[in-house]
Amino acid sequence: MDYILAALVGVFVALGVYLLLSRAVIRMLIGMVVLGNGVNLLIFTAGRVTREVAPIVPEGLETPAGAFANPLPQALILTAIVIGFSMFAFLLVLAYRAYQSLDADDTDTMRLAEPENAPQPPLSY
Amino acid sequence: MGLSLDASVALIAIAPFLAAILAPLIQSLAGRFAAWILFIVPAGIFIVLLGLAERVVAGQTISTAIGWVPSFGLTLGFFVDGLSLVFALTISGIGALIVLYAGAYLRGHRHLGRFLAFLLAFMGAMLGLVLADNSLAIFMFWELTSITSYLLIGFDAGRQAARRAAIQALVITNIGGLCLLVAIIVMQQLSGTWLLSELRGLEGVVRDSAFYGLVLTLVLAAAFTKSAQFPFHFWLPNAMEAPTPVSAFLHSATMVQGGVYLLARLTPVLGETSVWTGTLVAFGSVTLIWGAIGALRQTDLKQILAQTTIASLGLLVVLIGLGSKAAIAAMIVYFIAHAFYKAGLFMVVGGVDHEAGTRDITALGGLADKMPVSFIGAALGALSMFGLPLTVGYFAKEEMYLAAFGGDWLAWLVLAVLILGNALLAGIALLIMIRPFLGDALPTPRKPHEAPIAMLSGPLILGGVAVVGGLLPEWLGHDVLAPATLAVLGVEAEPHLSLSFDITNPVLWLSVITWGLGILVFRQAHRIRVLLRRAELAIGWTADRAFDAVMFGLIRFAGAVTRFLHHGRLEIYLFTVFAMLGLALFVPLSLLGGFDWIVPTADLGDWSKRLVLPDLRIYEWGILLFVLVGLLAVLIAQSRLIAILSLGIQGTGLALIFLLFGAPDLAFTQLMVEVLSVVILTVVMTNLRLDARDHRPFEDWARDGTLAVICGAGVSHLLMLVLTGTFDSRLSDFFAKTSVPVAHGANIVNVILVDYRGLDTLGEISVVMGAGIAILALLRRRNKPAIAARGEP
Repeated sequence: MDYILAALVGVFVALGVYLLLSRAVIRMLIGMVVLGNGVNLLIFTAGRVTREVAPIVPEGLETPAGAFANPLPQALILTAIVIGFSMFAFLLVLAYRAYQSLDADDTDTMRLAEPENAPQPPLSY
Repeated sequence: MGLSLDASVALIAIAPFLAAILAPLIQSLAGRFAAWILFIVPAGIFIVLLGLAERVVAGQTISTAIGWVPSFGLTLGFFVDGLSLVFALTISGIGALIVLYAGAYLRGHRHLGRFLAFLLAFMGAMLGLVLADNSLAIFMFWELTSITSYLLIGFDAGRQAARRAAIQALVITNIGGLCLLVAIIVMQQLSGTWLLSELRGLEGVVRDSAFYGLVLTLVLAAAFTKSAQFPFHFWLPNAMEAPTPVSAFLHSATMVQGGVYLLARLTPVLGETSVWTGTLVAFGSVTLIWGAIGALRQTDLKQILAQTTIASLGLLVVLIGLGSKAAIAAMIVYFIAHAFYKAGLFMVVGGVDHEAGTRDITALGGLADKMPVSFIGAALGALSMFGLPLTVGYFAKEEMYLAAFGGDWLAWLVLAVLILGNALLAGIALLIMIRPFLGDALPTPRKPHEAPIAMLSGPLILGGVAVVGGLLPEWLGHDVLAPATLAVLGVEAEPHLSLSFDITNPVLWLSVITWGLGILVFRQAHRIRVLLRRAELAIGWTADRAFDAVMFGLIRFAGAVTRFLHHGRLEIYLFTVFAMLGLALFVPLSLLGGFDWIVPTADLGDWSKRLVLPDLRIYEWGILLFVLVGLLAVLIAQSRLIAILSLGIQGTGLALIFLLFGAPDLAFTQLMVEVLSVVILTVVMTNLRLDARDHRPFEDWARDGTLAVICGAGVSHLLMLVLTGTFDSRLSDFFAKTSVPVAHGANIVNVILVDYRGLDTLGEISVVMGAGIAILALLRRRNKPAIAARGEP
């Protein structure tokens, strides 16, 4: 079962990487989301997957009765999802503003910071 | 702890730095008297050193040590023996006169305080260099002299020539400095001590080791760059861009002598081998002749003096290379004579330049009437340089001829080189003394008049000492040369200097020959200069220009490397990042045997077991398929909208996976985030004029696709390997056990988030808030296209 999930993680990662290598900023954004999902699933799977109940202690007990899902990766992923979303929202707005300013979403044409023909360093003292 | 006499040695090395820090303040408070106040420091040091002289003459070594980095057993030791005393006295004595001279020379200059600070810091570094016992301290002071010299040469930073000369001197001497550091470390590894005083006692520990050649090469590289030996000589004439006080102090009497000092100091450690003698004599000889010829080529008085300094440095290196008692004694007395006359002559030339407005030897004449005191100063220096009896220069010449006299044909060759070099220098001495001061008066840019007393005291005192020393051969031999020679060679040797002229003594006749040749050179100076100029034009290529070629080549190379690595193409940056990820996923694992399962060794049965389909239930397969379809749709989507919606599919599918496998909290969060993402993306991105499809040329598609598959496969494989390992559940068990009793929460995931890792969650919330603020800032910024802001249409 978990081997199938591991393979799925690979698909997520491959697609994320492929989209990130695009020159279109919106594809890169989508790639970020997919890669993030892949990594979340990776953490989840690495914490071992069970079909058991959620890690919630039943009413009146001190500890969970019987087997239960591993809570630690869930806590980590919960944080990761929220941070990933913040990052996604920020990048999206950044891309939007960049489009408004530069009228392009192709990274090759976004060269304000690193112009195409940067001048040679000065050859004098 | 009372300040004993020995501890004052450490104080000597520190005092100039303190004075340097205070110099700008003193300058702003005391104005034109600042130099007179600061003069006290080097003068005081000189007097303290004189107080130590008696014990040094008696053969003692005065040493003191203060803890530096005690945990490493490093001490900042100082010691005074005959050699370091001669150098330290010269440095502080000339330094005192130079401080006075500089105060007058740069009188009213905006940055006089800064200049005096640099000068004093340099003096401190130089004193530290000759007094330090610890070889690491020697390296430190060595580099400090380079840095302060850089500041002084580039003092007039508004001129490009000054900047170039400063950088050149820094680069060349620092190459040597780094060589010295390596040599010092190797010597420490061989001998086990950082202290020169101990190293000198360990006969042959370096000399007989396999690393002798390496150490020798490095030490010679350091000394030759510092002391401007051929082929590193070219920075010294360029350093004449510095104000004249700097030329007089650093580039004649002190800094360039650092290399000479180092060679003399290390003679007991590295010397007395044929390689040592051969290399030093060869390089020194070439430098001597090269510098002397170079001097004859020049008409600028400062350049002439700079070139003769190169020649003199070569001469000193030859004498150290010879290494006999007489040669070392000659080296010491020549060092003293040279420092005195060269500093004095530089100061006179600076005075002439200052008062007459030019220092071109062909444009000056008959100044003796207008500047009689300067003429006396010049004459005293030049006669010592000429080597006339009754001056220290005479003894220097006598001793060196004695050292090279008699021996095999090589010794005769060295003697011939020495005579030739001395004759050329003697001719130049006459040139400097006679051309500007005697003969017909020529019109000069300024109306010449006598220089101020502060600028005259230096040449007069130095010239006077040169004569007094020349009158007291017994004292010179016994009190100066004997202790210094003892310090270098470790054996008692008292040279018998004498003023009695014995006409049967062949060495005297060699002197006479030198003078005769010198006068000949003087008379033919103009013709020689024309010839040399012609030769120079014919060659047309110098080490100086090679330096430029190397420096600019370096800059071009750096530019090319920067442009290669920093090309500004995002997709290639990312490709590099993920290529590294791919390598990191595969290479270390394959080395550690992570791929052994691919080649099942013998048991094929085990391999077949792995192919058994996992026990997924049918609806689970369905959700997996759902996710895969979503992912595939993202990839092949024909339009942006479909791509965004497909993104929602795979996210929802992921949420369902979380839900199925015991993580409802995750599922809810994921679902909400996914919905939000899709909505925002759709709103923001679908109303922009953008290419609907992800256009990639085939080669890009193949390249990116391959890399993506490699990364995906690598991550999958790694995860599978993790899953085959045993699982450590201690942390999870701890949370499960303590969630209710300790943290009073039934939902373990929530307890972890808000309790056990509460600070972590606080950080997460801060990130969200930060992102929110940044988004707000970006959106509220009014539409002002960056292109318009740059002034383009």
